[in-house]
Amino acid sequence: MSARLQTAPFDLAAELQGFGTGADQGAQVTFTGIVRDDSGRMAALEIEHYPGMTERAMNDYGAEAARRFGLIDWRIVHRYGRLEVGEAIMMVATAARHRAAAFEAAEYLMDWLKSRAPFWKREIARDGTGQWVEAKDSDEDALARW
Amino acid sequence: MTLDVLYFAWLRERIGAPRERIETGAATVRDLVAELSARDDWHAAAFADMAAVRCAVDQQLADLDAPLAGAREVAFFPPMTGG
Repeated sequence: MSARLQTAPFDLAAELQGFGTGADQGAQVTFTGIVRDDSGRMAALEIEHYPGMTERAMNDYGAEAARRFGLIDWRIVHRYGRLEVGEAIMMVATAARHRAAAFEAAEYLMDWLKSRAPFWKREIARDGTGQWVEAKDSDEDALARW
Repeated sequence: MTLDVLYFAWLRERIGAPRERIETGAATVRDLVAELSARDDWHAAAFADMAAVRCAVDQQLADLDAPLAGAREVAFFPPMTGG
């Protein structure tokens, strides 16, 4: 049960070492977000965060997911700074007795992290110009189902 | 009261600083925005469209009517784009 913020890449296999222990565990779900180039001109993303509040928000949403879905374990790793196209931005892992809860909790965490954790993405084009990514209405709508 | 005001993403760029320490008697976030907007063109530009601005008081998401009594830190930023 932990949330971590870092600039360095993470190793998914290493993150899952010792994750979700106990005989009652029946399902683990992991999600990894990757820097995608939608425009065909993008070189990288720069991710800004709010030191202090971001860690608190990640921990709060993790704890809330554990309570709601009865998770045995959860982990969030989110990177910030400059990330090149193709690099992993973040991961969530959830462990539960059954897969429905593990899947649902992972989706819940992703929806909350996208719209309610203080991160701001800026797309850096190959010519060096930057543009802030605008929040999508669909991401906001996704929260309504919880 | 003394308040640390923090800015992120394009609000930080428009205002030209990541944070400032101010003396204010503002009772709510809305009052503080009005006070800051009156300071100069940069603040006015940053707060021109409040539908595009989110706020946190002492690192908890808050709305414009949130009271500031006892607050130490207020942050303004665009809608978040994590994940």
